[in-house]
Amino acid sequence: MKTTLILGTLTAVGLTAGAAAAATLDDVKDRGKLNCGVTTGLVGFAAPDANGEWQGFDVAVCRAVAAAVLGDPMAVEFVPTTGKTRFTALASGEIDLLARNTTWTFSRDVDLKFEFVGINYYDGQGFMVPKALGVSSAKELDGATVCIQTGTTTELNLADFFRVNNINYEPVPIETNAEAQQQYLAGACDVYTTDASGLAATRAAFEDPSAHVILPEIISKEPLGPLVRHGDNDWGDIARWTLNALIAAEEYGITSANIDELANGTNNPEINRILGTEGNLGEMLGLDADWAKRAIKANGNYGEIFAKNIGESTPIGLSRGLNAQWTNGGLMYSPPFR
Amino acid sequence: MTTVTDPPAESFRLSMLLNDTRYRSLTFQAIALLCLIAFMAWLGWNLIQNLAAAGLDISFGFLGEPSGYDINQRPIPYDSQSSHMRAAIVGMLNTLIVAGLGCITATIFGVIAGVLRLSNNWIVRKLMAVYVEMFRNVPVLIWILIIFSIMSVALPAPSAFRGAEPDSSMLFGLIALTNRGVYVPNAIPGAGAMVVTAVFLLSLVGVWAYRRYATKKLYDTGQLLPMGWPSLVILIVPTLLVWMFFTLGSGTPNRIYVPSDLGGDVSLEEYAAEQGTINLCSVAGEPSMAVAKRRILRAEGATLRSETYPNAQAAAKGFADGNCDMLVLPEEAAASLVGQSAELTTHLRRGGPFELEVPYLAGFNFTDGVQVRGSLIALWFALAVYTGAFIAENVRAGIMAISRGQSEAAAALGLRPRRIMSLVILPQALRVIIPPVISQYLNLTKNSSLAIAVGYMDLTGTLGGITLNQTGRAIESVFLLMLFYLAISLAISGVMNAYNNAVRLKER
Repeated sequence: MKTTLILGTLTAVGLTAGAAAAATLDDVKDRGKLNCGVTTGLVGFAAPDANGEWQGFDVAVCRAVAAAVLGDPMAVEFVPTTGKTRFTALASGEIDLLARNTTWTFSRDVDLKFEFVGINYYDGQGFMVPKALGVSSAKELDGATVCIQTGTTTELNLADFFRVNNINYEPVPIETNAEAQQQYLAGACDVYTTDASGLAATRAAFEDPSAHVILPEIISKEPLGPLVRHGDNDWGDIARWTLNALIAAEEYGITSANIDELANGTNNPEINRILGTEGNLGEMLGLDADWAKRAIKANGNYGEIFAKNIGESTPIGLSRGLNAQWTNGGLMYSPPFR
Repeated sequence: MTTVTDPPAESFRLSMLLNDTRYRSLTFQAIALLCLIAFMAWLGWNLIQNLAAAGLDISFGFLGEPSGYDINQRPIPYDSQSSHMRAAIVGMLNTLIVAGLGCITATIFGVIAGVLRLSNNWIVRKLMAVYVEMFRNVPVLIWILIIFSIMSVALPAPSAFRGAEPDSSMLFGLIALTNRGVYVPNAIPGAGAMVVTAVFLLSLVGVWAYRRYATKKLYDTGQLLPMGWPSLVILIVPTLLVWMFFTLGSGTPNRIYVPSDLGGDVSLEEYAAEQGTINLCSVAGEPSMAVAKRRILRAEGATLRSETYPNAQAAAKGFADGNCDMLVLPEEAAASLVGQSAELTTHLRRGGPFELEVPYLAGFNFTDGVQVRGSLIALWFALAVYTGAFIAENVRAGIMAISRGQSEAAAALGLRPRRIMSLVILPQALRVIIPPVISQYLNLTKNSSLAIAVGYMDLTGTLGGITLNQTGRAIESVFLLMLFYLAISLAISGVMNAYNNAVRLKER
C-alpha cells in the first residue's frame, strides 16, 4: 500500500508533465480561451476590479496575446497563482502563459525548462519600513524582522544581502502578498521586502501610504517577464513577438487612438509590417495579418499600458526609469520587425 | 489388524486452482496481485517515459548544493550557505518539535476534558461539551489562522515596550508577550550547574524508589505510608541545599568598571540615571553577565545595549578600545586587564549554578532569552486544542466502556471518587483509549504540515517549500517528504503499540 501511494503520486506528476508537450496554439484555438497565470492579487499588476474584471500591467500582456491569437482580448481565463504554484501550473499545462512578475533567472530558464519571452518590467528588490522607525538605509536594519514572500527569488537575495553586509535579521516567510501586508501593518515585522514595484503597489493600497518609506537600496536585478514552457517554440514566438509589438508600437508612436488610421497604410514600412499592411509576418507566426493590430488595440501600446496601470498618475506612481524606451535612455528595446 | 486405511493422497491437479475451494481464493488473490504489479509497472514506465520526453531526470544531487535561504527557527546551526539537506533536517526537527509539543499538550487537554465531560457538575460538563464540539467541528487550518491573527493583532509590537513610559510592560519583568512571539528567560549554566542537575536527577530516582517502596509496603503489610509530602521533600530539599551551597559560595563579587572620564564612585543606579543608555561589554555564556544585565535593567531609566565577546580578555580589550562604557569583571582578573578606568561603588554577585538571562529590548527586537515564535505558538496551540477535542472523546468513550458495576464496587469498598478514577477506572479504560489516541497522534503530526500557513518552517516549508521551489525538483522533494512522514508515522505507531501492549489486559 505504501509503495502504491508513492508510485501513484509520482505517476500523477509524470502524467500531467507529459500532457503539456502538444501544440499550444492549436489547444488555445480549440478551447477558444487563453489560460493565463497571474498573481493572486497585486494592485496595478494583476487584480480584479470592482466589476470582477482582471486589470493590470501583467493582465494586459495576457489580453494582448489573446487578442492576437483569438481576436478577442476578453477571451482569457485568469488563473491566480502563488509564488509556489506558478511553475507547477505552467509545467503541467494548466496555463498557457505565465504573466506574473516572474524574475528571469538562469535556473528557471534552463533547469526548470521554461522560456522567458522577454522582459516587460525591469525591477529590483527593495525594502519598505514604517517612517516611524527612522531608518534611512537598509544597512541600518541589523536585528530587524523581515517579512518575505516565500518561494521567490527575494528570499535568496535577502539572505545574500544580509550575509554580505554581515548583519543579522529574522526572516518571516509568508505565503501571499495580502498576508504579508497584514503582518507588516500589525507590526509583526519591521520590514517588508519584495520587488520595488510590488512595494509601491502594496503601499498604494495602505490607508496612509505616506507613513511608510521605501529605502533607497535596490539589492538585486529583477527582470520580470512573461514565460511559456520549453518545447513549443511556435507558441513562444507568438508570445515573444506580441510583447515586442507592444514595445515597438510605443517606439513608432502607434497608440490605441491612431491605430485604425495608421492601419490604412503609412509611409513607414516598419509600422506597415507591424500592422500587417505590408509583408506576411502574421502568416509566419501562423496567425492572420492583423494579429499585432488587435494586440495593440486591446490595451494600447507598452507606454499606454504602463501609464494606465502603474504609471505616475496612478496611486502606485512608478516612474518609467529603466522601463523607458531605449530612445529615452531606458532599456525597452524591441528587435526589428522584418 | 486395522482395516481402516487413509484415503489415497490426492495428487495436485491444475484445475484444482479454480475448482477447489482450498486454493480458489489464493488463485484470485495471486491474479489480483499480478494485475496490480502490472498496473504499477505501467505507471512507473509511463512516468519515466514522460520525464525523458520532457528532458527531465531524477537526481538527488541538489541536496548537497547550498540552500541560499535563511530559516528563523534553527534547532541546529544553519545559515544560508548550508546545504539543502541541512535545511531539510532543520525543517524535520521543527516538525518534530511542534508535533512533540502538540501531542503532549493535546493529551493533557484531552484527558482533562474527557474526564470532566463526565463530571457530576452540570456547568463543567456542559463547558467541556462546548469545547469539544467547537474545536472538533472547525477545520484545524482555520484554528491555526485564527490564533495566529489574534496573536499578531492583539499583542503589542516590540516597539510598544520602548521608552520611559512604555505602552506595554513585561510580565513579572521576565516575560515579554509580543506579536512576534513570547520571549522567555533563558537559564545560563554556571559553576556547579552539573552538580545541581545531577542531584535533581538523583532526587527524581529517589522519588520513584520511595513510591515503589511505599506501594510494596502497602501490598505486603497493608500499612499506608504518606505519598505526597515525602515525594515533594525528596524532590526539592537536596537540590535546594546544593543550589544554596553554590550560590552563597560563588566567590568574591564582581566589580563594575566604567571609563574614568565618565565618572565613578557612584552606585549603579546613579550612573544609569546619568548615562541613560548603558553599553555593556559582556562575555558570552557567563552567568555573571546575566546578573549584571538584570541589575542594569532594573535600574531606573536605564536602557541596555551589549557587545558580546568570547572571553574576558576580549571584553576588556573592547572596553579599552572604547566599544562600550561598562565592564563587569572580578577584581583579581580586572587588575591585569583594565587600564584607564573608574570603578562604581556597586558590587555584583558572580552568579550561581543557573542564572536567568532576561530578554530585553535592543534595536528592533528583544535580545537574550529564548524566543518562542508566534508561528510556533499558533501552530502548537491550534493543533493541541483541535486534537485534544478528539482525544477527549476517546477518553470519554474509554471511561464509559467500563461497566458501572466497577465504580460502584469500588465505592462499596470505601474508595474515594478520585481514587476510583485513578486506581479502578482509568487503568481499565486505557486499553480502550490508547488505540484511537495513536491515530490522533498521527493526525496531529501530519496536520503539522499546515505550518506554512503561518510561516513556521517545518519540513513542508523547507524541503517541500523553498527547496522545491528554488531547485524545481518537485518529484524528488515530494518523494523525500512522503518518506519522512511515513517514517515518523510508523515510528509513532510503533512506540504507541508497544505502550498499548504494556497496559493491555493481561489474559491467562
